[in-house]
Amino acid sequence: MFIQHSNVYLMAASRQNCNAASLISFLHSVVDHYFEELEEESLRDNFVVVYELLDEMMDFGYPQYTEAKILSEFIKTDAYRMETSQRPPMAVTNAVFLDVVESVNILVNTNGQVIRSDVVGALKMRTYLRLLLGYSDVGLVYMLVYKAATCCGMPECKLGLNDRVLLEAQGRATKGKAIDLEDIKFHQCVRLARFENDRTISFIPPDGAFDLMTYRLSTQVKPLIWVEAQVEKHSRSRVEIMVKARSQFKERSTATNVEIELPVPVDASNPNIRTSMGSASYAPENDALMWKIKSFPGGKEYMLRAEFSLSSITAEEATPERKAPIRVKFEIPYFTVSGIQVRYLKIIEKSGYQALPWVRYITMAGEYELRLI
Amino acid sequence: MSGHDSKYFSTTKKGEIPELKEELNSQYKDKRKDAVKKVIAAMTVGKDVSSLFTDVVNCMQTENLELKKLVYLYLINYAKSQPDLAILAVNTFVKDSQDPNPLIRALAVRTMGCIRVDKITEYLCDPLQRCLKDDDPYVRKTAAICVAKLYDINAELVEDRGFLESVKDLISDNNPMVVANAVAALTEIQDNSVRPVFEITSHTLSKLLTALNECTEWGQVFILDALSRYKAADAREAENIVERVTPRLQHANCAVVLSAVKMILQQMELITSTDVVRNLCKKMAPPLVTLLSAEPEIQYVALRNINLIVQRRPTILAHEIKVFFCKYNDPIYVKMEKLEIMIKLASDRNIDQVLLEFKEYATEVDVDFVRKAVRAIGRCAIKLERAAERCISVLLELIKIKVNYVVQEAIIVIKDIFRRYPNTYESIIATLCESLDTLDEPEAKASMIWIIGEYAERIDNADELLESFLESFPEEPAQVQLQLLTATVKLFLKKPTEGPQQMIQVVLNNATVETDNPDLRDRAYIYWRLLSTDPEAAKDIVLAEKPVISDDSNLLEPSLLDELLANIATLSSVYHKPPETFVTRVKATAQKTEDDEYAEGSEAGYPESSAHSADGPTSPPTSSSNDAHVGATRPASAPSTSPPAAPVPDLMGDLLGMSNNSIVPVDQPSTPPGPPLPVLLPASTGQGLQISAQLKGQDGQIFYNLLFENNSQIPLDGFMIQFNKNSLGLAAAGPLQVPQLLPGTSVAILLPMVLFQNMSAGPPSSLLQVAVKNNQQPVWYFNDKISLHVFFTEDGRMERGSFLETWRSLPDSNEISKDLPGITVNGVESTLDRLVESNMFFIAKRKHSNQDVFYFSAKIPRGVAFLIELTTVVGTPGVKCAIKTPSPEMAPLFFEAIETLLKS
Repeated sequence: MFIQHSNVYLMAASRQNCNAASLISFLHSVVDHYFEELEEESLRDNFVVVYELLDEMMDFGYPQYTEAKILSEFIKTDAYRMETSQRPPMAVTNAVFLDVVESVNILVNTNGQVIRSDVVGALKMRTYLRLLLGYSDVGLVYMLVYKAATCCGMPECKLGLNDRVLLEAQGRATKGKAIDLEDIKFHQCVRLARFENDRTISFIPPDGAFDLMTYRLSTQVKPLIWVEAQVEKHSRSRVEIMVKARSQFKERSTATNVEIELPVPVDASNPNIRTSMGSASYAPENDALMWKIKSFPGGKEYMLRAEFSLSSITAEEATPERKAPIRVKFEIPYFTVSGIQVRYLKIIEKSGYQALPWVRYITMAGEYELRLI
Repeated sequence: MSGHDSKYFSTTKKGEIPELKEELNSQYKDKRKDAVKKVIAAMTVGKDVSSLFTDVVNCMQTENLELKKLVYLYLINYAKSQPDLAILAVNTFVKDSQDPNPLIRALAVRTMGCIRVDKITEYLCDPLQRCLKDDDPYVRKTAAICVAKLYDINAELVEDRGFLESVKDLISDNNPMVVANAVAALTEIQDNSVRPVFEITSHTLSKLLTALNECTEWGQVFILDALSRYKAADAREAENIVERVTPRLQHANCAVVLSAVKMILQQMELITSTDVVRNLCKKMAPPLVTLLSAEPEIQYVALRNINLIVQRRPTILAHEIKVFFCKYNDPIYVKMEKLEIMIKLASDRNIDQVLLEFKEYATEVDVDFVRKAVRAIGRCAIKLERAAERCISVLLELIKIKVNYVVQEAIIVIKDIFRRYPNTYESIIATLCESLDTLDEPEAKASMIWIIGEYAERIDNADELLESFLESFPEEPAQVQLQLLTATVKLFLKKPTEGPQQMIQVVLNNATVETDNPDLRDRAYIYWRLLSTDPEAAKDIVLAEKPVISDDSNLLEPSLLDELLANIATLSSVYHKPPETFVTRVKATAQKTEDDEYAEGSEAGYPESSAHSADGPTSPPTSSSNDAHVGATRPASAPSTSPPAAPVPDLMGDLLGMSNNSIVPVDQPSTPPGPPLPVLLPASTGQGLQISAQLKGQDGQIFYNLLFENNSQIPLDGFMIQFNKNSLGLAAAGPLQVPQLLPGTSVAILLPMVLFQNMSAGPPSSLLQVAVKNNQQPVWYFNDKISLHVFFTEDGRMERGSFLETWRSLPDSNEISKDLPGITVNGVESTLDRLVESNMFFIAKRKHSNQDVFYFSAKIPRGVAFLIELTTVVGTPGVKCAIKTPSPEMAPLFFEAIETLLKS
């Protein structure tokens, strides 16, 4: 089995009935965690490190450690290290950044019905908590991270969310907004058994950036940005597209970097485009029209009108045309679809250091597809 | 800082090897290190640098960890090609394994385990022993895996040196990573061992469940996979286990989630409380759905597994069908699997939405996907009676688009719908006929022809339609020819007018004289005979009511499904095949002799790649359409309606006379004279050469007793014989010496045989494939059975004491029993005599209520002993045979043998 990453194939071969899910996840984690830019060139440049890495990451076909942090302790060949998150200058010590990122996946069918919508959220954490320990025996590092950390200086953190199940369990009135999170996945460092018992999210964060938790909601979401398109074929040689885009969220939020990708016929040429906002350009390589709007406040509606010439020779046989959906990309900062809120992030530190949590919210478009044309 | 290592790849000067040699022996450390890097670079791109072995090994004694790792890497690669020189490295290994730095200790053990040279392996044992008890967990966890490596090289050594015990001790280690690796090692060893090595007791269970909370994600996978083999004692224990595993569903790593699901599903089988089960199902749904937001390759693995899970527990995802709707950018192999699952989850409640999706897919560009979507609509129609009409109307809409392959696919599925709901939707036939001319694929053509034949009485111009196909009859593929033949016969029976009568003459002529396809010819002859003897009977048979077909979307056998569910997340669950069918090394167990039947089953390839994906999972389960063909002809062979078979030879004569055919089948000679050896190659298939043969044991030697009879018109000579690989490795001890065989003569040969010459891998089977050739004829292949009793040796007699001792020393898992219901033991004495003659030695006899229990011993070459217990009531049918043997995989062969012995 193999996966492809840019121009490199990562392959695993087995004589046995091995755990396929585990091996493919492993291959992906090799790419994701350790090589930021993995391609043939960087492999050649670092083949010694790569050999060492693979040696530590897998033994006799069994994945061992894949966390960059631990691996970097085993492998001291720093000389041409290409990757691992360069720790920023320690100006910000003892800070925890928490980004709540939600992506909205939506699928709208030809009749304009939302047939599928869900929200995938992630709590992305970056910590710069100082390690207070001067350890020397590198062989014991993982002990340190997984076991001994509690007593050796990595602070324990507790996270509170407006999770309905938790709030109800604590007997608090669910005043305001409480939300149902459907499927929650936690990072390695979170104590799953504890969460199962009393839904407390407690963990000892590794240093650096990681996804603390991901969750999913499949409640019906109103499409945040609605796009309607009308295609009129005036003759065999000319096609006119009229597009309306409407933002359907509160006025105090603003979507940024909105990109609407409209499919156009393969043989379109000579575009003539007018928009009421933003800029639009024809991207023949994708057979699409890209409409970009830098800032799109809530409750607004913008229009686009485009005309194309078609090559007049059309095949007699009705071959089916590529029916690509309209795709939309956007970001809405300081807003979450689910209404998730971080109620608190407690950092329990015995040494008396004060760590500051910073929380940001953002909503993005994930697989946002409207099959309208 | 970017790397500069790439320069090491670019030395292509002449005399590279001597140059490297010089550098490797340089007195400067840096230069040596660079040289080693160059060597590794050359090795990486596939150049042979094994000649530098000594020089590289000389660099091994270094303080520099990086350099040491590189040298070790080199050793792993080339030790096998230079086993004698590899010994040079042993000293350093042993020294390194005692280094104060745990990284180096671990490195030494890890590397030695990877060098598969016997001499090195011997020296590995002591360091390994020490490292298993090392203070540092990093070393211990490496040593644990090393035991698995060693087992792979030399299993006996591991057992003799007691490493298994040491690894088992590591399960109680206080470091979770060590525990996880020990579990992984033991699981692997268990997989390759026949003996029970790693049995999870309730004690280890609780230990492992605790370790589960603390070890790395990969370690969790090892532990969950190992635990999923544990059989809980009762529902309560199962519930407890499940309770401790469910938190794993929340893990971010997909592999952990899938392994947890596997474990929960296993334990759920025991849980009786419906509330608990329902609750668990509810808990498993969201994590399974989330797997679909992972990378496409993982999605594919997840989907293949979900496919299995919904077959067992459809409720889990019953409400989640929407998540399987395809996204525009999904790779094709993911789309195909999603489609498959959508069909499985389709129900009366969601069918409207599903149909809308299918219709959308049917207008996409990827041909395979479109076809599968169309087929999916048909399968839904067959599955959901109430939705059939809606499905048909969608299909008709699709036909109207007039995209050729959509139309063809639609016709194929509509044929199945007609089979499922006869006499319901015939009104659409007219629409179908419009597309008749555009059909160019065999399956679509055959389907259309089937429809015409089946509804010939309702289609006014059925004869014209069929006639248009007849012109090209000889050029059509076999599938279409068969269908044309059947359809014409149906037409003739329904409308016995002149036109069809002429048509049938043409078809039968084409299908008998002008074809060399035996299936077609045979079918045509059957019809011909039927029509010429009794047209009424023909009508009863050909136009008989057809059995109703059903939806095949749940096509896995329950037992296979069980096995696959136990293998969730593994390759087996992705292939939908049991592991033995693609893993050669897997231990052979007695129960699994029937796996051959799976080998051909389900899909052929494993399309992990996007490039490949089209053929593997797409290969649509064609059985529904096959069913239709089989169904259409099945009545012909249905015993209830078919006329007595007796007059067949006469008819054959008539038939041959009628068609002026001169293919004269050679009559099988009446029972061959001489000893009644079983006929393995009848004269009718051997162009007149008949071969009878049987294995025979005589004076401790094995012979193949052969009888050749030449019934052909020509003398045959130059006989040779060859045996295919078989479970006992039987082969001819010398050349086959058959004199020239004149027509009408025969010769008997006793061919001495040897054992263990060409052993076949895989579970033992009694199949012996033989090939015989001569100078005049093509090579003949035939199958014989290995009867084990031929091989029982004379030294198989055991004393009572040693019998008892052996019986006790063998674990219970080596005891296998079988009922032989059809066998009666009449005279005890005579039976015992007969058995002794075959070297099956009587040991003792006792009475157990009204039954007699006999004990015997037997031995086959290589000292494999069988301890046999026969329980029966003398004079009444039914014998229970239980055996204990160190090689339980031989049991099925043994049972066959004893059955023959007792019967004779």
